[in-house]
Amino acid sequence: MTASELLTGGLRLEAHKQRSTKAPIRIASLAERYVIPLDQHSGLSAVPLVKPSDRVRMWQPIAQPAPGISAWLHSPVSGEVVAIEPRPAPHRLGAPTLSIVIANDGRDERFENAAAIVSFEQISPTEACEHIGRAGIVGLGGAAFPTANKLESSLCENGPQLLLNGAECEPYISCDEMLMRERAEDIVFGGRALLHALCARNCTIAIEEDVPEAQAALLRAIEKAGDSRIRIKVVPAIYPAGGERQLIATVFGVEVPHDGLPADIGIVCQNVGTAAAIARWIRDGQPLVSRIVTVTGDGVTEAGNWEARIGTPFSSLIVDSGGYTERMARLIMGGSMMGIPLPHDDLPVVKATNCIIAASALDLQPRSAEMPCIRCGNCSQACPAFLLPQQLHWYLQPFDGDQLARHGLLDCIECGCCDYVCPSQIPLVERFREAKPLLTRELDARLTADAARARFIARNERLARLEAEHRAKLAAKRRPRNEPTS
Amino acid sequence: MITALVTIMVLAALAGLATVVTAGAPEEISLADRIDALLPQTQCRRCTFAGCRPYAEAIAQGAADINQCPPGGERTAKALARLMGVAPKPVGKEFGVVPDHPAVAFIEEEACIGCTKCIQACPVDAIVGASRHMHTVIAADCTGCELCIPPCPVDCIIMRPAPTVAR
Repeated sequence: MTASELLTGGLRLEAHKQRSTKAPIRIASLAERYVIPLDQHSGLSAVPLVKPSDRVRMWQPIAQPAPGISAWLHSPVSGEVVAIEPRPAPHRLGAPTLSIVIANDGRDERFENAAAIVSFEQISPTEACEHIGRAGIVGLGGAAFPTANKLESSLCENGPQLLLNGAECEPYISCDEMLMRERAEDIVFGGRALLHALCARNCTIAIEEDVPEAQAALLRAIEKAGDSRIRIKVVPAIYPAGGERQLIATVFGVEVPHDGLPADIGIVCQNVGTAAAIARWIRDGQPLVSRIVTVTGDGVTEAGNWEARIGTPFSSLIVDSGGYTERMARLIMGGSMMGIPLPHDDLPVVKATNCIIAASALDLQPRSAEMPCIRCGNCSQACPAFLLPQQLHWYLQPFDGDQLARHGLLDCIECGCCDYVCPSQIPLVERFREAKPLLTRELDARLTADAARARFIARNERLARLEAEHRAKLAAKRRPRNEPTS
Repeated sequence: MITALVTIMVLAALAGLATVVTAGAPEEISLADRIDALLPQTQCRRCTFAGCRPYAEAIAQGAADINQCPPGGERTAKALARLMGVAPKPVGKEFGVVPDHPAVAFIEEEACIGCTKCIQACPVDAIVGASRHMHTVIAADCTGCELCIPPCPVDCIIMRPAPTVAR
């Protein structure tokens, strides 16, 4: 089976990236206040190291990872901690989340982290992973999974293959494309550091066919580095080719087991932005305190990419982009397929913020009323995860946990392809997203019940055995006394 | 024509043979097994039987109704109704209140005198301790059946919300 055959489903979508890629990456203006949510990475919330009224300097660690999966946080500016309190955040729209609020003094006094800059080849791979962790680096592709945790779980003896994901397949988002065009050397530097940290054999940078300038920039950077372990692989511009599992199928022609991780088949995938962040840490001592954010859509005056410090309010980026246009209708964080609608723009940039779309009615047509499923099967042809969305939808009402599990609800990557092609305008992904935690809870409850049943049976058997032994003992005691009479 | 017919007949015979071979001896899953699989395994006896399995067997024999399990709540009652092919109905009030949130037992350790009565009462071996030594509930293994509460002579066992499992 060839690679392209393994990438089934997906859609060729209009990219909508021309507007935001006209101008180079610009530096976002500084804000007065920076809000740093403690839970902006996946896993556990970080634990604050500062308290209100403390003075902090730029790049100073302000929260440390909780034991387990978690990440460091650093101050993006110098100034004063004004509060540690719940604040609204774009990644947890349900309720405000505990955040460190820093008032910027505008001086950018730097915290000297003497241990930051190291000659990478001289430390062991394990130390290298730890070192990357201290920069608070998380996956910048959108999931914000702590990179150090991912690297630790991927360390293997015979060396995995490293895949750098530059396939930015979702419409509107162009932060990775601009990064590859302008900072290809950072990506290659970060790639080489990751090769060392993982004892990896080689590094493949995957890039879509429709970004020739980024390809050329990367090729130049690889040539300059003179590292023969790094190569480029051009992949078709099909959404969601940049999904981790889909990209691995496209590049290597192998499928990640549905209940396993890429590391299980000897592959580690990192976003190109993550690699560039690693380069900045090792080379310049700069922890992850800023990222590139695309601000685009027909609802802003001037689309573009901004290097924004973590904690910058969205409203400040909108002002940098010339403000809203009259056509502005909806604000979205992320791309047009998987992005989440935001209620307002008083929210901070978090490590996972890759794109802000100020959408007009032209960008995103409002969904028309839902109609019944006509079982046309378009969704199953579009699904890149080999699922049958129409069947999943069928088993949601009434909720049939067995069938949902059997039909792989938990393998849904929520890419939105099924929604996009559905002629009945059924919000399939929204339903699946809601159903996933319910199913997980049901499967967990079943495991607990199985364990309880096993212990109940074991206890009853033990009690029966003890009872039998007791009776046998009593009988044995009685026998000698009875024998003479018999 | 003849070749085609012969080919099809041979294929059909092979397919039939394959079905017989793969099917093998059918594994018997009794009705009581299937009912038991739907029960929450709390072992709380609120259904008036000596545990989930005995209740399952009673339903299978027609000696019990499908609405006697408060820990399972509406979902279990519905699932049982579907399996038994009867109309669903709410859990009977006489069997107890359906809990809003799962709870587990907790021993207030400074009050525990180490009498082992709760250990003997626990249907799923979720309490550890020894005579005249402090006892404690393994929260992850506790089903929240509350059977340990009445035997405690010093009333040191309380119910607390079950810990949420981090994923």
